[in-house]
Amino acid sequence: MDFLIFKAPILMVQASMDGILLGILFALIAYGMALQWGVMNIINIAQGDLVILGGYIAYSMYLAGIHPAYGVIVSPIIMFFVGWGLYKLVINKVVDRDLFISILATFGIAILMQQLMNFIFGADVVVAQSEFGTTMLFDNSVTLPNSKIFSAFISVLFAIALVIYMKKSKLGRAIRATAQNARAAKILGVDTEKVYAATFGINAALCGVAGALISITFTLHPYVGLPYTVRSFMIVIVAGLGNLPAVAVSGMGLGMFEEFADYILGTEFRIGSVFMLLVFILVYRRFKLSRKREYLK
Amino acid sequence: MKKNDLILYAAILIFGIAAPYILPTFKVQLSILCILIVLAMTWNIQGGEMGYNTFGNILFYGLGMYLCASVQVGMFFPLAEWTESGGEKTFEHTTIQFFEGMGVGLLVAAIVPMIIAGLIGYAILGLRGHYFAICTLGLGIAAGEIAGGIEIIGAGQGFTTPPFPKDIVDPEARGEFFYFLSFILLIATFAFIRWIYPSRFRLVLNAIRDNEDKAEAMGIQTMKYKIVGWMVSAFFCGFAGGIMGGLVGYIDSTDVAFDGREMGVFMVLMAILGGKGTLWGPVIGATLFHLFKEGFWTLFLGWQYVALGVLIVVIVIYFPEGLMGWLREKYPERFGEVIDEEDRKASVELK
Repeated sequence: MDFLIFKAPILMVQASMDGILLGILFALIAYGMALQWGVMNIINIAQGDLVILGGYIAYSMYLAGIHPAYGVIVSPIIMFFVGWGLYKLVINKVVDRDLFISILATFGIAILMQQLMNFIFGADVVVAQSEFGTTMLFDNSVTLPNSKIFSAFISVLFAIALVIYMKKSKLGRAIRATAQNARAAKILGVDTEKVYAATFGINAALCGVAGALISITFTLHPYVGLPYTVRSFMIVIVAGLGNLPAVAVSGMGLGMFEEFADYILGTEFRIGSVFMLLVFILVYRRFKLSRKREYLK
Repeated sequence: MKKNDLILYAAILIFGIAAPYILPTFKVQLSILCILIVLAMTWNIQGGEMGYNTFGNILFYGLGMYLCASVQVGMFFPLAEWTESGGEKTFEHTTIQFFEGMGVGLLVAAIVPMIIAGLIGYAILGLRGHYFAICTLGLGIAAGEIAGGIEIIGAGQGFTTPPFPKDIVDPEARGEFFYFLSFILLIATFAFIRWIYPSRFRLVLNAIRDNEDKAEAMGIQTMKYKIVGWMVSAFFCGFAGGIMGGLVGYIDSTDVAFDGREMGVFMVLMAILGGKGTLWGPVIGATLFHLFKEGFWTLFLGWQYVALGVLIVVIVIYFPEGLMGWLREKYPERFGEVIDEEDRKASVELK
């Protein structure tokens, strides 16, 4: 075949490394989605837009002269309250309803957020310069920006911190109890309303971390939220709810898929291939289940 | 058919035919309204009657748009040259070529999406609930992204559809032509859906919506009905897309054709606003929505999408049953429902 990637195998190493580092970031977003899907049983289409908003928070710090890497601390704090507010305003009205209602309502929020970000931050593609430099491997043939390594490291750190928090803390236990059985948790004195709000806030905070990392490793644009939503949705349906190692692995797999698709099909088909992969995965699972006369639900 | 209905249909028909002469400045808006109603009604076949909430009907709409324009150009001129350098400047359709191309193009635009719906239907319609919704959302966006990368149909720069022939000097002709084209499509769609409405076909679709497993257990081949329902939608959506492409005069992959952010959401919103699962709901919803959009869009000046987002959230949260659903709850007798007063009280107490 005539593709560059097959002529120069070192590019495969490059693509794999890029993909894995990228995938860890996706896994972090997917973990947030799995959390709120599992606990509240809603699918948040605005997930990607929360990520982008988190990114813009870090970017505005960069504009103000602060190093954007501090965004990973500031952004989640602000995003937690954004998530909390969003829950109180809209999400609490869709929690017990049909899933399609939550999809459509969060789709509305996504459109709203995109446009507001467009007003506030402009429609240009922006990036926050971290000036971390790059690492060269294998005789300078593979280049890895240090910012990507940094972002993968921070993602892992936050994921581990969250897992420990969910296991040990009182709120974490309450969240897990609500996920298992909201009604029973309520009877046993858990304020489920607060748990839901906190869950959505934590999800938004995770998005904030991921967004801050994206602002230094990739680019930000008001309208690129939806691909992040779809990626995290895809990871969650492949890995299942609440299976963290699987989330990490499928995140990395998705990252590698994207990098390879980028090399083989061309950059203009990158997003398209992500969406086609989503369709493919869903259809594949549907055929696999239909052999046992079951279906995805 | 009742006498009242007949008068209503006749009144609408007469208004529809007279509209471009009464309101000559709104011809384009009226054509778009017809297209919107068609889209809302076809969405309603899935989302309302069948309970399969799709975001993917935009796929057929966009396909129809590209197919119609491509056929119209490709029948007479090299397509690649046309799209590469604004071919409408070098090549010119004669009057006959234009209408011939439009006719064949619309036919292709309707039939090919229908076949595609039939082909992918078996795979996609096996998904249920929100998986179906997300999968179709993915399909629509993937189509837009992929179309934006294909050179022969203009890739990122877009595709100019053949301009209306210059030989026709009447300046009103273009607007009238597209208006009547979309009005005929509207009548055809409405007549078709009105025809299947009292039929067994719709009952089966409703059964699928209410409980697919039980419908299957009753011996209905649900998959067959679901695919046919989707093909019907695809046919009319493709047709509507073809007309819209000619009307707008310019096709862009993500902003006009596979416009998931606008048209793809609009059709869902219109059907829900009017009341899904009813014959007139989508018609009323689309009309209201279009009036609102054209009347107030300019007031928001740049805030349109913010308003749209708020509108979606408000409609979905507070009016999930739509206008017809609300009327139905308020005046059940009008809908031919008899309500047992005791029963109603009991159910209120239960709540």
